[in-house]
Amino acid sequence: MKRFALAGNPNCGKTTLFNSLTGSTAHVGNWPGVTVEKKDGVYKKLPEPISIIDLPGIYSLSPYTNEEVISRNYILDEHPDAVINIVDATNLERNLYLTTQLLEIDVPVIVALNMMDILTKKGDEVDVKTIEEKLGVPVVAVSALKEDNLDDLMKRAYDACQKQREGRTIIRNKDILHLIGDVTIAFKGKNVENPLFHAIKLVENDELEVNSHKDLVPMVDDFKKTFNDDTFGDDFEAIIADDRYHYIADNFHDVILVKEKEEVVEGNKTVKMSRSDKIDKVLTHRVFGLLIFAVILFFVFHLTFSENLFFLGGLFKDVKPSFEGTLYEGLFWTDGGINSPGVILFNFFDMSFSAIIDLVGGWMSGAPEWLTGFVCDGVLSGLFAILGFLPQILVLFLFFAIMEDTGYMARVAFILDRIFRKFGLSGRAFIPMIMGFGCSVPAMINTRTLADDKERTATIRVIPFFSCGAKLPILTAIAGGIAMAFNFQYVDVITYSMYVVGAVAAIVCVLIMRNTTLKGDAAPFIMELPEYHWPQFKALMIHLWDKAKHFVKKAFTIILASTIVIWFLSSFAWNWKYLGEMDGSILQSLGQLIQPLFTPLGFGAQLSAFGWVFAVAAITGLIAKENVIATFSVLAAVIVSGFEGTEEGVEEAMIMIQNTGITWQGCIAFIAFNMLTIPCFAACATARAELPKGQFKWTILFWLAASYIGTAIIYSVLNLFPSNIGGQAYKNGQLAWAIPVVIAIVVIAVLTVFGIRLWNKRSSKKQGA
Amino acid sequence: MLKKLVEFSIGETGLIKKVEGEGRLRRRLFDMGVTPGATVYLRKKAPLGDPLEITIRGYELTLRKSEAELVILEVEDAK
Repeated sequence: MKRFALAGNPNCGKTTLFNSLTGSTAHVGNWPGVTVEKKDGVYKKLPEPISIIDLPGIYSLSPYTNEEVISRNYILDEHPDAVINIVDATNLERNLYLTTQLLEIDVPVIVALNMMDILTKKGDEVDVKTIEEKLGVPVVAVSALKEDNLDDLMKRAYDACQKQREGRTIIRNKDILHLIGDVTIAFKGKNVENPLFHAIKLVENDELEVNSHKDLVPMVDDFKKTFNDDTFGDDFEAIIADDRYHYIADNFHDVILVKEKEEVVEGNKTVKMSRSDKIDKVLTHRVFGLLIFAVILFFVFHLTFSENLFFLGGLFKDVKPSFEGTLYEGLFWTDGGINSPGVILFNFFDMSFSAIIDLVGGWMSGAPEWLTGFVCDGVLSGLFAILGFLPQILVLFLFFAIMEDTGYMARVAFILDRIFRKFGLSGRAFIPMIMGFGCSVPAMINTRTLADDKERTATIRVIPFFSCGAKLPILTAIAGGIAMAFNFQYVDVITYSMYVVGAVAAIVCVLIMRNTTLKGDAAPFIMELPEYHWPQFKALMIHLWDKAKHFVKKAFTIILASTIVIWFLSSFAWNWKYLGEMDGSILQSLGQLIQPLFTPLGFGAQLSAFGWVFAVAAITGLIAKENVIATFSVLAAVIVSGFEGTEEGVEEAMIMIQNTGITWQGCIAFIAFNMLTIPCFAACATARAELPKGQFKWTILFWLAASYIGTAIIYSVLNLFPSNIGGQAYKNGQLAWAIPVVIAIVVIAVLTVFGIRLWNKRSSKKQGA
Repeated sequence: MLKKLVEFSIGETGLIKKVEGEGRLRRRLFDMGVTPGATVYLRKKAPLGDPLEITIRGYELTLRKSEAELVILEVEDAK
């Protein structure tokens, strides 16, 4: 099968084109570096099927980061039958820079002039004919998004790939050309493929090239001695880069007919401003930028989790809605507070699932006891406990996807860079971290956009601290359980604070690592800021569909299997007799064995009868984090006979709390432990693959230490507060207890930060002396 | 007048004369279009004063002050 590779600058629409050509649903975003792995798909509308390979975006063929190496190696070593170079027509100058390099390779190149829909909308026109004449390869104007002209593009690519094409350079400096010619001949003599390309890279003093062809370096160096340019001296790298840009400016400055931008008077100067610029002016405002970001983040969580939307509860205190007492009350209304969209969806799923379990329980009334137990307690309640969280996860992701797709996320990296640098990371590390809120696996893979290995290692290690979608059920269920058991209303405050705890733990750990085992300066931060655009409905839906698919698949495979195992272990005794209750079960004896380990964390030996469930849940979480609540659910059904997995974990958590006598401090410590400890199997495997050799075992040790120490600290601090948060003292100011918790954690973090800085200063002074 | 990019104030425009530094960092600057002969407009600074956002070759690029230290420009007359 013929293979066409898609190459182009980051964020120029490669993945959109890939999706349109192959009908697949790869994730697209509006920041540079969404694709960090190559993906393939098949295009079927030509005489023969064509394999399409989507490569990570590159600015040049001299790679800077790991994912750029993937693209270069693919194009050079895997011999695609053609390279489709996607060029963003709205940013021709920089995009053509890569084109000038691709043309130097002996491979058929087709230029796809993308984003034509945006140009046309602005009223601009492009002279495609001239571009084609100047470049000497086929040029097709397309819109990957609107799927305009794609068949024409593929037809021309198919024609082009039938013929061999020899590399050609646009470099015009006569002396350099002479040298390149000589080196090319030397490469040809050595039978190296793509001699022209390699010769130019060697003259450019490209790191990879110099390392693989050390024998030819003297040739360039000798020439350098005889060479002296007026402006650049013997700096070949600068001369060639300059030559490429000059070529582009000279030949292509008039191929796009631009309609004038709207003009806005700013101060006493006239500055051209587009709509994107105006939005940007607000969102990255010098004073309010950070504040706006914090507020946006708060509302994202508020709209997803709150049971008291916009804090309007007080207004409706005495209102009796007409639907009081009906199903609708539970759906939209909780104790006078309006539910957020996330909670409404959650309740809807919850009610449907309860109805199904009731129905199935009814059907099976005549079946043997253990079979009913297996179907209702083992399979259904575990499964529904997980699926019940799907709506809230999707709502949260919808918000993240919007932030990403509009281009705001790249600005967030921009406004946060200064802060991140204090911890030894670049603003770019923010992107994989925020992806960590979704799933650690793609987040860890995305760290390939970080140029520095130590920064990458540190980032990969703390990514699990950014509570992923699978940990969300732990948070909501236990927070909900606390609310029910201790009569506390602000579930979203607990959820929000726990996210903050995770982020603070990540910052402290990065800081410690970057000052001890992974010492080094912050890597440079040079990043393109894409233009803002409206989120694309299609892209958002693709993203959500992707997430939902992944989640559901996991629920029916690994999680279903684990819940059945847990059900078995918790309902049977060592003599394989069905008990139908927990006392004397296999799981109980196993749990009791490890339970004392968690005593300093608040969910160990101090708990009564069923206290070991927390230990067991934490262990099952190592397989997949969804298991924690699934375990609760299965166990709750066994503890309280006749209990059906109704409230998707919340009621289960409450049963756990009531039957174990755990304090609210212990509950929070348990959430924290699960957030900070070793992530699931899948994340571990990814970390192993992405980390530099030999770092994985230390990383596992790091996770264990971080979770144990971190949770012990949180538990101790929380114990400074009274344990009856639902009591009279707290009724009057229910938020009051959450504030000292957050403050205490922040204070500890700040002290650690200053401690390390001081210690660093001292040790550097010692070295100086 | 020659001036480093880091010394620019917001709204100033200049023509790149020289890019200092070495190795991969310099290479990256070149690849992103920060080469001698390019016109740079300093759009804004991040809320904490660093990094900077510039317009170069028709697009927006962000870089830190430490990298802007390496770029030397001829200041264009504001009028």
